[in-house]
Amino acid sequence: MKNELVIRPQKRMHINLKELLSYHELFFYFAWRDVKVRYKQTAIGASWAILQPFITMVVFTLFFNKVAGINSGNSAVPYAIFSYTGLLFWNYFSQALTRSANSLVDNQSIITKVYFPRLIPPLSSTLSALIDFGFASVIFVGLLIYFQFAPTLFGLLILVPALLVTFIAASGAGMFLAAVNVKYRDVKQALPFFIQTGLFLTPVIYPITQVPQQYQWLLYLNPMTGVINAIRSSFLGTAPINWSLTAISVASALFLFAFGLYYFKGQEKDFADII
Amino acid sequence: MSTSKPIIEVKHLSKVYNIGHEQKSAPGTLTFRDSIVQTMRKPLEIFTGHKMKQEKFWALKDINLDVQPGDTIGLIGKNGSGKSTLLKVLSRIVEPTEGEITMRGRSASLLEVGTGFHPELSGRENIFFNGAILGMSQKEIKSKFDEIVAFSGVEKFLDTPVKFYSSGMYVRLAFAVAAHLEPDILIVDEVLAVGDAEFQKKSLGKMKDVTADKNRTVIFVSHNMEAIQSICNKVAWVSNGEIKEFGDTEKVVASYQAYDSGANQLSVAKRKDRQGTGVARLTGLKVEENIVRSKELTIKLAIGSNANEAFVDFKLSLDIYDSRGTNIANLLNSTIGKKLTIKPGKNIVNVRMTNFNLVPGEYTINTFLAKDQYNSEIFDWLEGAAVLHVPAYDYYDQGAPPSVNGKVSYVDYEID
Repeated sequence: MKNELVIRPQKRMHINLKELLSYHELFFYFAWRDVKVRYKQTAIGASWAILQPFITMVVFTLFFNKVAGINSGNSAVPYAIFSYTGLLFWNYFSQALTRSANSLVDNQSIITKVYFPRLIPPLSSTLSALIDFGFASVIFVGLLIYFQFAPTLFGLLILVPALLVTFIAASGAGMFLAAVNVKYRDVKQALPFFIQTGLFLTPVIYPITQVPQQYQWLLYLNPMTGVINAIRSSFLGTAPINWSLTAISVASALFLFAFGLYYFKGQEKDFADII
Repeated sequence: MSTSKPIIEVKHLSKVYNIGHEQKSAPGTLTFRDSIVQTMRKPLEIFTGHKMKQEKFWALKDINLDVQPGDTIGLIGKNGSGKSTLLKVLSRIVEPTEGEITMRGRSASLLEVGTGFHPELSGRENIFFNGAILGMSQKEIKSKFDEIVAFSGVEKFLDTPVKFYSSGMYVRLAFAVAAHLEPDILIVDEVLAVGDAEFQKKSLGKMKDVTADKNRTVIFVSHNMEAIQSICNKVAWVSNGEIKEFGDTEKVVASYQAYDSGANQLSVAKRKDRQGTGVARLTGLKVEENIVRSKELTIKLAIGSNANEAFVDFKLSLDIYDSRGTNIANLLNSTIGKKLTIKPGKNIVNVRMTNFNLVPGEYTINTFLAKDQYNSEIFDWLEGAAVLHVPAYDYYDQGAPPSVNGKVSYVDYEID
């Protein structure tokens, strides 16, 4: 008979990919609702997605570049463009992670009332943050024009894998934190602090060359270090990409994803009971 | 189809909850600190032999149930009997601990009206999101969109955020989406208990349409016996996590009601779940009704007092609740200017209602006894002290009982 479904206690690592795919519409609906709701009842709406990174970049340029004397590490690259490249990707990562980590708790009322694959909220929120990335990119293009800075073609090509790695890292950590958040609301408290600290542990403000060479690999354990440096190296043509170090970042992102997924699936069955 | 396999097959289904300290205190608000404290305590327990209680609570115990295609099954039982847990397991919201369920068809659950409605989104947007949440495809929603809007009656406000809707409009829109689901199996939890009377009638009517469709199987939970009787062809009575009786609606409802009232009359004096100092307490309660013939109902109360002197300004308050839990009437001695004196020992008080006008259905009565009108000492407070079963009766003397759907009471009126 068609559509036969057996409900029984699940094994830990049971991922029904076919079912997940059959819910693809709901996946996009969640993302769509997130985007719709985000800037409702604000006066300037989605302009916030443009203003926030822009103002941050201006502040960074004034204080870190002009006052503290940190530069891009390459005289051909203006600090504004340099720091904005980092911010663009760091903001995507941090927003995707924050939304993903809170996605189950925010949808509490739905989770206790309707069945759908629980992976949908954390994954679709990582996707919806991409819209903000798109808005923020407008400023980036503006900066390139203003400083008459031509990006390399190779840089444009690397954009997609860079976003993909960011997505994988953010949704991996997001799945883990979302599952923890269901049980321990400490996540909500700790996450902003973690993200603030992360900004300094990632070469957003400073070039990685400022870090002593023998410790650089440590920073590359952070997936965003690899992403941001690869983008800067290629897009801005600052230096050739350090492939072996970048591989550490990619591996670390993949590990985060696998770990997040594993933890999430283990906790999943109790979500509706304890959320 | 030649197959006669049940469309839903429930086999040895059980669900266990661990109710230790952690969940009792505040579910979902556990902090790391709590869990650290608990982990630290565990090894300590070995030494002290002082074990922290981890009780197992069997919300469902070895449930077996076969549902045939086209059946409409009512689930009845007291609050906490396991009905809702069963519904949640059937809906795949919570996972069973043991056993399995086989579903042979596409299912959709309606445990709440308006699940996933977002206040900031417009009516139109919410129709799409809510529909998707309930399992409709975008194509399906698009094709039924006009129907949904027409059913809800909120055409004019379709592009207004639903936070500006009145609660009635909100519920109508939400129900309209739900009513247009067309799964093989529909699982419904008391969603009829919302909205105004007119809308309830409409939604009950829609439920009847839905259940009349022989290709559809419905599982319906309700406290409203009339709704159950008018919709369901079979009823499962759930009690303490088990199915106590399963069979034809009339039969199961009758034995449920008999059990329910019997249990209540027996227990007033013995019940422990009461609040108050107990200086004076309700020791007996009996309902004598003659509603069908003379619209009269008398509640006889026995009140025992342990005090040495009489209370001359005694407060007696009875609250009547309907099957949806709405407090529909309060009977209080001071409201009608009656001074009540309770002497030491046993007292009998009769509360007599003449021209009884509540519609047929099931009502519960809470009793409240206090020293005086200011509640300076609360003696005895008992929830669900009695259950009233009001049969259908010919209030307007027209030869047949008036229709009931969604009404609370009959009122006297004239038309010139």
